[in-house]
Amino acid sequence: MVAVKDTVDQVAGLEKYEHGFVTEIEQEFAPRGLSRETVAFISQKKDEPAWMLEWRLEAFERWSAMGSPDWARVSFPPIDYQDATYYAAPKAKDGPASLDEVDPEILKTYEKLGIPLREQEVLAGVTGAPRYAVDAVFDSVSVVTTFKKELAEAGVIFCSMSEAVREHPDLVRKYLGTVVPVSDNFFACLNSAVFSDGSFVYVPPGVRCPMELSTYFRINAAGSGQFERTLIIADRGSYVSYLEGCTAPMRDENQLHAAVVELVALEDAEIKYSTVQNWYPGDPETGKGGIYNFVTKRADCRGDRSRVSWTQVETGSAITWKYPSCVLRGRDSVGEFYSIAITNGRQQADTGTKMIHLGEGTRSRVISKGISAGRSSNTYRGLVSAHPKAKGARNFTQCDSLLIGKTCAAHTVPYIEARNGACTFEHEATTTRLSEDQLFYARQRGLPEEEAVQLLVNGFVRDVLQELPMEFAVEAQKLVAISLEGSVG
Amino acid sequence: MLNLRDLHARVGDREILRGLSLEVPAGEVHAIMGPNGAGKSTLSYVLTGRPGYDVTAGSAELDGVDLLGLEADERAARGLFLSFQYPLEIPGVPALTFIRSALNAQRKARGEPEVSAPEFLKRARSFAAELKMDFDMLKRPLNVGFSGGEKKRMEILQMALLSPRFMILDETDSGLDIDALRIVSEGVNALRAPERSMLVITHYQRLLDYIRPDRVHVLAAGRIVASGGPELALELERDGYDKYARAA
Repeated sequence: MVAVKDTVDQVAGLEKYEHGFVTEIEQEFAPRGLSRETVAFISQKKDEPAWMLEWRLEAFERWSAMGSPDWARVSFPPIDYQDATYYAAPKAKDGPASLDEVDPEILKTYEKLGIPLREQEVLAGVTGAPRYAVDAVFDSVSVVTTFKKELAEAGVIFCSMSEAVREHPDLVRKYLGTVVPVSDNFFACLNSAVFSDGSFVYVPPGVRCPMELSTYFRINAAGSGQFERTLIIADRGSYVSYLEGCTAPMRDENQLHAAVVELVALEDAEIKYSTVQNWYPGDPETGKGGIYNFVTKRADCRGDRSRVSWTQVETGSAITWKYPSCVLRGRDSVGEFYSIAITNGRQQADTGTKMIHLGEGTRSRVISKGISAGRSSNTYRGLVSAHPKAKGARNFTQCDSLLIGKTCAAHTVPYIEARNGACTFEHEATTTRLSEDQLFYARQRGLPEEEAVQLLVNGFVRDVLQELPMEFAVEAQKLVAISLEGSVG
Repeated sequence: MLNLRDLHARVGDREILRGLSLEVPAGEVHAIMGPNGAGKSTLSYVLTGRPGYDVTAGSAELDGVDLLGLEADERAARGLFLSFQYPLEIPGVPALTFIRSALNAQRKARGEPEVSAPEFLKRARSFAAELKMDFDMLKRPLNVGFSGGEKKRMEILQMALLSPRFMILDETDSGLDIDALRIVSEGVNALRAPERSMLVITHYQRLLDYIRPDRVHVLAAGRIVASGGPELALELERDGYDKYARAA
């Protein structure tokens, strides 16, 4: 209730895209273009061992032979992969060891974005301030990771991917690329060749991670893309909740964000992964600029009774192409996908999930809420499959689409494959237009138009917002309101 | 209080109100009766500012303020409330959230401070008890899965909590059994006050046994064709609307 109210208050007077500023700092870039040399440059910058470079180069060779996928319901001009920069990093001396060594301009950036990087401030705690660890990724590098010491005491490893490659090579080698194989798809393969920073998390057996972990991705440099790589491993009987947030400056050019996220849940482990994606969506009138968000996210529920839930609030990006999925390998493992995807202006989204039931007694649940406004297009694409061994597999899918106005589009493309007779799949889908009658009813009670729309939309997405960690649910609700501003009337 | 002069209104190409004039002084309850299609619901929507109901001539004032120049929510903030004939369902928004948001939006528009959550809940509990509603119902999404009778009670509960100055009750009796009708009417009567007025739109005399009107008007073919005391309602119940339908 408070959140709704808060939303309503906050929205007045906010810019349409409030994170669109640029940070002026000295940066270092890879030479423009993509070649074996570029890959080697990145690997060398990150001071990587030889096996990592070989892995990257193999990915690059494979990628060179692949074509961009064309099956999604999105359209964009061909991307010139030679006309981009694959590495951009703030100029620093050997990577900052502590927060005091981080460029103040970068600290200011995160402050402006409302991301708490100073542990002592978080700890001193303004009452009710969220207490969570942050890995801050600025273009291609992680600039700081907070609460590492406290987490280490619990045995939890939380660091940037580059650091993990150097400090925890055994873990990285054991798991990297085992959920999303190098050549899984065009964008994942590209990522495997040129990936820069993302987060690495390892939670040892039986440990419940003592705080929320989060990564905040910021694209700042022009003419560059971001290719983060995140790997989370929850060992037997452990639990971790992780959240990522993303923003970028407003630019007229399209910038590519091709990330790969791999989750591994061993026996009885649970991972909750939440995303609040607010990349710059491009100009709402002309469609100029904005991020191409082409992302591969997959979880492997490797152990029996393991559990992974994906929750995503997708409001930004010019184009979104992502399908956070679960491979339900372990017996009685559980996969969940909760999604709110909002498109406005000229945005295009083709998003959904894949629930792949391999093990006996596996269960999955999909709740997707798509909201289209302006002249946007919003597609839910989802696969639910059960293999012959997945006896007793169950899935429940609910896909609801809400249309605001008369110039937007919503599509639902479900794929269902049951390869044994002992599974139960349910699929429900609705498409509704934001009703003029409901709107009038709310206005007759005294709610101004924008507030009325927000209230109705918040009601529509409530099931999913409830799945987010508390403090982020409030954030997400504000974001929903802001991204729909001006969509009525 | 409410002053309508020679009101003409159309929906699409059809003129529904054709020179309707009506005056409801403060503290009075007026009933509007009339055959189907006479324009009763149109009148309620024109007064509350529903999009698509266009006023082509005439005026409508509440306490001397021109209503027609205001948005629906601005009219609500000035104290105009419509109890809908068919209340809408609002999925995912708990009734308490909806009403409190509306109340605070109205108060904000009037430059008044917000009502605190505990104070609001106290009032909501008390009105719910009067209307014999289970308080838990108020925590559920507004009207979703409610019966016709429950929705009507929810309308009256909203009315009580929003505390409007001018209330329009559109066919509030439809869909109510005799017990529910009594409870709802008691709820409405409890809101009668010297500074408040009501317009009760109904087909049947039945409701007026419970909510006693000061005046009764017959609406036929888009205008008021007869006015009188409560006895007029009894006469209509006995003789029907034929006479007026023809006169119009």
